[in-house]
Amino acid sequence: MNTLFDKIWDAHTVKTIDGGSCVLYIDRQYIHEVTSPQAFAGLKMRGIEVFRPDQVTASPDHNIPTKNQHLPIADKESAAQVATLEQNCQANGITIFPIGSPRNGIIHVIGPQTGLTQPGMTIVCGDSHTSTHGALGCVAFGIGTSEVEMALASQCILQSKPKSMRINVEGKLKEGVTSKDIILYIISQLGTGGGTGHFVEFAGSAIRSLSMEARMTICNMSIEMGARGGMIAPDQTTFDYLKGREFAPQGKEWNKAIERWSKLYSEPDAIFDREVTFRAEDIEPMITYGTNPGMGIAITGSIPTSDGMDQTSKASFAKALGYMGFAEGDKMLGKKIDYVFVGSCTNGRIEDLRAFTHFVKGRKKADNVTAWIVPGSKEVERMAIEEGLKDILAEAGFELREPGCSACLAMNEDKIPAGKYCVATSNRNFEGRQGPESRTLLAGPLVAAAAAVTGVITDPRELM
Amino acid sequence: MREKFTTLTSSVVPIKIENIDTDQIIPARFLKATTREGFGDNLFRDWRYDKEGNKRADFVMNSATYGGEILVAGKNFGCGSSREHAAWAIAGAGFRAVVSSFFADIFRNNALNNGLLPVTVSEEMLAEIFSTVESDPKAELKIDLEAQSIEIVGTTHKESFEISQYKKECLKNGYDDVDYLVSIRNEVEQFENK
Repeated sequence: MNTLFDKIWDAHTVKTIDGGSCVLYIDRQYIHEVTSPQAFAGLKMRGIEVFRPDQVTASPDHNIPTKNQHLPIADKESAAQVATLEQNCQANGITIFPIGSPRNGIIHVIGPQTGLTQPGMTIVCGDSHTSTHGALGCVAFGIGTSEVEMALASQCILQSKPKSMRINVEGKLKEGVTSKDIILYIISQLGTGGGTGHFVEFAGSAIRSLSMEARMTICNMSIEMGARGGMIAPDQTTFDYLKGREFAPQGKEWNKAIERWSKLYSEPDAIFDREVTFRAEDIEPMITYGTNPGMGIAITGSIPTSDGMDQTSKASFAKALGYMGFAEGDKMLGKKIDYVFVGSCTNGRIEDLRAFTHFVKGRKKADNVTAWIVPGSKEVERMAIEEGLKDILAEAGFELREPGCSACLAMNEDKIPAGKYCVATSNRNFEGRQGPESRTLLAGPLVAAAAAVTGVITDPRELM
Repeated sequence: MREKFTTLTSSVVPIKIENIDTDQIIPARFLKATTREGFGDNLFRDWRYDKEGNKRADFVMNSATYGGEILVAGKNFGCGSSREHAAWAIAGAGFRAVVSSFFADIFRNNALNNGLLPVTVSEEMLAEIFSTVESDPKAELKIDLEAQSIEIVGTTHKESFEISQYKKECLKNGYDDVDYLVSIRNEVEQFENK
């Protein structure tokens, strides 16, 4: 009867209190510099110490520059926030991967990459994209700073159990369609609130066929349809990915772990509160045209019209198109763009860099485009250099930067100027997300590559 | 301990926009502080001020017509980032409740953890509130936490709203979850040893 989600959640429920709030035990907590300082300050004020520092791992990522990381951070506030994280970790015995060190990177990239993230775990972080880790078959979700403080104080948080939802994608993906296109398609169909109140399991043959990193892209964006989190049952792909990673179980422990992890699936008769099925062959390369991730269409499509919307929705739709400088019915193909951003916890892993690089190989960056290629971690950067991607990129006119969250949310210097269009492989196209008055077009790495070499929105399949 | 929440009667600040995300509530560039204070000044920063820092006359918070301790907004309020700074900014700007027909999960939790009451009303009630305050900007809402009810004062428009009993007690008494969780550390330890 049990779903995969139920199995993990129930095994981690210490107790249930009035009105259904669960005291949920957390196996692993990740922290970064932006959402943790107030939590540590809270603990200090209460005079309590971190309960299980060994289960907490820190990495500065949101604020850090993506050039010259060996130098002190120029922005004083950013520098202070990163320094505060370091002090808090040191004072509380928490492991931190500092800027420039081989394990540093976006927390959602390094969790899986180091093997800290494992199937069956409960994982939290003060960041909504914590759902990324669910790709390895764990219950992982974003929390606020008060909850960061709770987890530091007790290794537990209070949560009401979300409803369950399964999204199946069945069939064979078309050529040129990436996992980013799958998730943008799903969100465009369900809307930005379509998963609210639910924890989603992604399933079906198209999902099964994806690599581990491609699965992470899908789970990463669960929050963009409002879902509490997203997850995929662990299978051989998961085990092969984890084997031998630094913090993954080793030797005899590995065999025991596989035995445990192999039981993590939804029973055939499991009942979900909601279930939706999509056909893989309906999915085309996607791009967004508006100011939330639900406003996405096939790249060959036209911006929808507001016919049939109620008055408030119509006004919100008009506001979004006005901000983007687009009109109802516009074709997306051929629109001129100014920037390309490849990176983030959504598409900043080595497979994304490989896909982008192979596409631009032998071509040249368009003159009207400024491109920022930002690896998700120091390890991704190392691999990109070792595999020769950096040289191929340079040959085509692209520079590989140093790792960090970068232009996904523009907390560092990597800001898109006002009014400019950026094709971004990140996760949010909200107003001002990439800098005040910046205009974001979300897409996968292939669509980004096609735009980068042509300077306009282009169907990557035309160039493949 | 924070201020206790019992009942609240106030005029409202209406923002008739759907899917207001936490990047609009508090843009990322203002998240660099290491304390919880001061975020209210930058609430809805880019809707409230232009690039030079001048108030935008067309934004409701800058209008002399509207004011109060209750924010009313279109559906799916607080979607996007988990930043609790969004709740701090709203509370910091003097609001004690937010009314919408639909809230994003993380925002709802963050609000509750900061004594800011998210009140979910029906689409009809939300439309009624918007049209009432459009014709009478001084119209008031009354929110009664104990009775779990919300009404447009002086009208028959009244609804009940949902809230977890635990969170209700926390709000009424000004408690927070950390106090509770620290008090059961021994039970957590037993759970770990199972």
